[in-house]
Amino acid sequence: MVTLLLFLVPLIGGLVSFGLKDDRTARGWALLVATIGVALAVWGINLPAVDAGRNFHAGWMGSLGSSFSLNLDGLSGILTLLTTIAYPVILVATWNSTYKKSNSFFGLMLLAQAGIIGVFLATDALLFYFFWELALIPVYFLCSQWGGERRIAVTFKFFIYTFTASVLMLIGILYLYFQTPDKSFSLQSFYNLNLSTREQSHVFWLMFLAFAVKMPIFPFHTWQPDTYEQSPTAATMVLSGIMVKMGVYGVIRWVMPVVPAAAYSWGDVVMSLSVIGIIYASIIAIQQNDLKRLIAYSSIAHIGFMSAALFAESTSGAQGVMMQMFNHGVNIIGLWIVVELIERQMGTRKLSELGGLAQKAPALAILLVIVAFANISLPLTNAFVGEFLMFNGIFNSTVTQYNHVFAVLAGLSIILGAVYTLNMVSKVFFGNTNQLTARATDILFNERVALSIVVGIIIVFGVYPQPLLNLTAGFVDSLLKEASVAQLIGK
Amino acid sequence: MPINYYIFLSLALFIIGIIGVLTRRNVIIVFMCIELMLNAVNLLLVAFSKMHHLAAAGAGNAVNNVGSEGQLFVFFIMVVAAAEVSVGLAIIVMLYRNTRSVDINFLNRLKH
Amino acid sequence: MKNLIALIPLLPFIGFLINGLGRKVLPKGVAGLIGSGTVLASFIISLTIFLQGNYAAPVVHLFDFISVGSLKIPFAFQVDQLTTLFLLIITGVGFLIHVYSTAYMHEEAGQHFARYFAYLNLFVFSMLLLVMGANFVIMFIGWEGVGLCSYLLIGYWFKNVNYTAAAKKAFVMNRIGDLGFLLAVFWIIAKLGTVSYNEVFTAANLAKLSATDITGITLLLFVGATGKSAQIPLYTWLPDAMAGPTPVSALIHAATMVTAGIYMIARSNALYQLAGTTNAIIAIIGAATALLAATIALRQNDIKKVLAYSTVSQLGYMFLALGTGAYTAAVFHVMTHAFFKALLFLGSGSVIHAVSGEQDIRNMGGLKKALPITYLTFLIGCIAIAGIPPFSGFFSKDAILLNAFAYDKFLWAVGLLTAALTAFYMFRLLFITFNGSFRGTEAQRHHLHESPIAMTLPLIILAVLSIAGGFVGIPALFTEGGEKLAEFLKPVINPEHTVHVEHSTEWVLVGLTTGIAVAAIIVAFLRYRNYKAEQPSAVGRLLENKWYVDELYNGVVVKPINALGSFANSFIEKSGIDALVNGVGKLVNYSGRQLRWLQSGQVGSYVLLMVVSMVMFFVLQFFLRR
Repeated sequence: MVTLLLFLVPLIGGLVSFGLKDDRTARGWALLVATIGVALAVWGINLPAVDAGRNFHAGWMGSLGSSFSLNLDGLSGILTLLTTIAYPVILVATWNSTYKKSNSFFGLMLLAQAGIIGVFLATDALLFYFFWELALIPVYFLCSQWGGERRIAVTFKFFIYTFTASVLMLIGILYLYFQTPDKSFSLQSFYNLNLSTREQSHVFWLMFLAFAVKMPIFPFHTWQPDTYEQSPTAATMVLSGIMVKMGVYGVIRWVMPVVPAAAYSWGDVVMSLSVIGIIYASIIAIQQNDLKRLIAYSSIAHIGFMSAALFAESTSGAQGVMMQMFNHGVNIIGLWIVVELIERQMGTRKLSELGGLAQKAPALAILLVIVAFANISLPLTNAFVGEFLMFNGIFNSTVTQYNHVFAVLAGLSIILGAVYTLNMVSKVFFGNTNQLTARATDILFNERVALSIVVGIIIVFGVYPQPLLNLTAGFVDSLLKEASVAQLIGK
Repeated sequence: MPINYYIFLSLALFIIGIIGVLTRRNVIIVFMCIELMLNAVNLLLVAFSKMHHLAAAGAGNAVNNVGSEGQLFVFFIMVVAAAEVSVGLAIIVMLYRNTRSVDINFLNRLKH
Repeated sequence: MKNLIALIPLLPFIGFLINGLGRKVLPKGVAGLIGSGTVLASFIISLTIFLQGNYAAPVVHLFDFISVGSLKIPFAFQVDQLTTLFLLIITGVGFLIHVYSTAYMHEEAGQHFARYFAYLNLFVFSMLLLVMGANFVIMFIGWEGVGLCSYLLIGYWFKNVNYTAAAKKAFVMNRIGDLGFLLAVFWIIAKLGTVSYNEVFTAANLAKLSATDITGITLLLFVGATGKSAQIPLYTWLPDAMAGPTPVSALIHAATMVTAGIYMIARSNALYQLAGTTNAIIAIIGAATALLAATIALRQNDIKKVLAYSTVSQLGYMFLALGTGAYTAAVFHVMTHAFFKALLFLGSGSVIHAVSGEQDIRNMGGLKKALPITYLTFLIGCIAIAGIPPFSGFFSKDAILLNAFAYDKFLWAVGLLTAALTAFYMFRLLFITFNGSFRGTEAQRHHLHESPIAMTLPLIILAVLSIAGGFVGIPALFTEGGEKLAEFLKPVINPEHTVHVEHSTEWVLVGLTTGIAVAAIIVAFLRYRNYKAEQPSAVGRLLENKWYVDELYNGVVVKPINALGSFANSFIEKSGIDALVNGVGKLVNYSGRQLRWLQSGQVGSYVLLMVVSMVMFFVLQFFLRR
């Protein structure tokens, strides 16, 4: 029941929001719906591991072999938690932004949330595809209606990328569908398939490319900096904080267990791409002058790390990825809040035009420094635990013989990450004020609340990460069991 | 009567219809040709339906409804055709009012 | 006992929280009191533990930090003899420096004053985690934590862009080392599945490691140490780190943080004793760093830079000791160095305070009369670092050189040369600063004054320690029942083979070291007693510019990475990948334009097309059937 509610509440909330007249009401309504979501998610993840409440099943296009099935396990749990926590934080942080037709804006935001949660919960491939598009379409509109100057061109690029990716994924899903003996779209019958390695490879690339674009993995990433730069900040937060996890999630749920032998045999290629992406994105991030682009490239580097750790197929690595999906979402939203704030006050995001803000906005400086250090995974911030485990997973991976090379190259990100993050901090906050920054004021109440939540999560899970790890432990075990069987076949 | 006769007849009707649609420029004649094609199909449906029914009856199944779908479809098609005619003729009348002609080659406005 | 141990790091952390959160409301006196008081309390607890001397169950388990699959990393502390020694140094010297800071930083605005103490307390907390952790991960938490505090404190005056750049450099170079440390930890996990000291360093587990494993792990750990403890090739951040307030330099960049590398290797001595190759590398790098930094220190004119290079050089000494297997000697030198180098830094702070923030020794001179206590304590510090008996530096340095002599004669010679250079540059500094006549501006001369009691008292205490601190490790050569320190550390540091040198040889070595130091002091006295500005020679310029190592790193590492980055940013991104994606879009547009002629608008042609395609389908179907 709770699984259905998790999806229905934002869906209905979003639809209702279109009908609201007043700007204030629309905001309040969106926040209310988002807050109910948090309560539902907390309720859901605290249910016993085997509980009827975690499942929902209803008929839906039965003649096609598809059904409306939702399930809340460890993986969906942590991502649903992330989504539901992120939404109120985003809404509070952008409380002072004004939008034309704000009822549609918040309606689309909530519809996107419904889609995202649907993606995380669906256990039916057709339903999954449906939710995938449901999550993306509102974002097209958010970006093209409320975006920056170059929004049309950028949305077009975003559209080409994601549309191509979705089509590939659909082909992959249909291929699998026709292989199932009982012509079913359900996840379980996909898991039961026994495909040859050659067939698995084809499906692997079809599906993986779709998710690689969403993550994104080098070289499918160029939509991201542009889209982040041009989207309204609230949409950017949703995109980078939550939606990129859809890609990672897709790989974990719909690729690795479905075509395990291919995931095993192509692991080296994927890990190489990821590691190249980490270094590539990090060096580019050092060169960026625009705050949003800098954070976008930083995010690409982090996601590359996750995908490398994922294909290392070890307990530690997989647990790290689970943890890091959550952490990355929280931390990057923290960074965006700061960017939004700076842009609103200063009217610019150019590092070269900023400086000395620490004198004017000490509270902001302190909060940003904490988030920034979480971004470079300093110990006792949440990201350290995740990256430590992922790093350990890559280093001690048994599925590749280049594990040490990958670990060292991926490790360069902790050095390069420090370079660009500290660059950003010092260029924005340190030094003397200039004409522009001299009139800056410190952070407002709502932003302080939002950033404090982010910082609170960073520190709590940095010092005591075990609850998050426990949440996904069972899932990781079952995932790796599938994978290890595949290794035997692959060998 | 063997089913072949029906097939050849409806094929002939259908081809006449197609040729009519392709070569005539008068909208009304094109329209009639379309009707001709539809009726060719109807004829075929009825013929096959009867054939299936007889085959089932021959197999010892005296009271059966095998082949009734074909007859049903014919009714569907007739209804659709009637609707089509009413809409189509209305369009033609409007067309004539605007262009003072029923020549199909004047209908290339969609291109622009 | 357990609660007490957890309190040691917790108290400074509470101090950090109070000062950090209340920085706008706390009066300066209260902020200083909280800052110093918490560290003093930690010191008292550490002292209690030391006096109790109960090390039966050293590991205190607090909670499970990470537990994933078979990997269990507890948040646990281990307080044994080695840790206790470091606890005393950190909290003891730390407390003195906190007290000193209350006076030194008095001119800062209240909010920044509290911020300073918050950072300082956070540093003490991290450093305590580093030495108290019962496994490599907790050590790493402290390890990065001190790096963070170092970053924050170097960039304390954040309005100055050069300072924040120095802070960034320090953090990034430390991170390079940290990568090595992390890789070593993963290697240990791969082979042993645990990171706790009391499990890793058991004979059974060590036997599981192959020679390659041991060399690899120890080398990677050493890479970590080169970053934190400023050894070749990662030493260049430490001199730049002098941008921070002087007490910070004393606490972090002389007495405690930079010795973390030595602590780590001493802690892992069971592992290092098995790694012959690594030890040789450590000894060579230590000796090379000691010599290189000493040569640079000869020609520096910034009072703090001289001390910074001296620190690098002395750290090199400690690594030389570690490489030769003299772990106790290294730890001993850490201790004495903490006393005299903190003393020297605080003394330099007192001087800087007196001459209104001037740091260039060419603009000082003749400060002896105005600053008698500072002068006297600074002199004691110089004698101690130069290695004149019976000051503390003599005993620790002697122990190192003795071990180096037994290990390799060439390394010993390098060490001896460094000792001479050390004596020379320290006394050059002393004479230029305190002797001769004052060379600063009239305003500065007017302002000259001895520092307040809060600053001189720590100086005096540290001076006493610098004189007497060496007696805990007095060698058996001089007295019966010496080597107290080695005895104390024996349960943790237990070398398989100890060095045996004939007493007669030992006497010769002691005489040689002392003689050469005295000679260097005399040369320095003759040359710099009445300092006048001079044109530097070619070699002098080379040394003044620190062998151009910074420029080299800049050209070899920084610039290529930047060039690569801008190439990737402007070329690969825009003309490569993006062009490809936009090309797909353009292709669709183009083909759309080309296909437009099909849409003639003639109903007849549409129908024809439709019929033709249908016929084609039938034909195809017909042929494909066959």
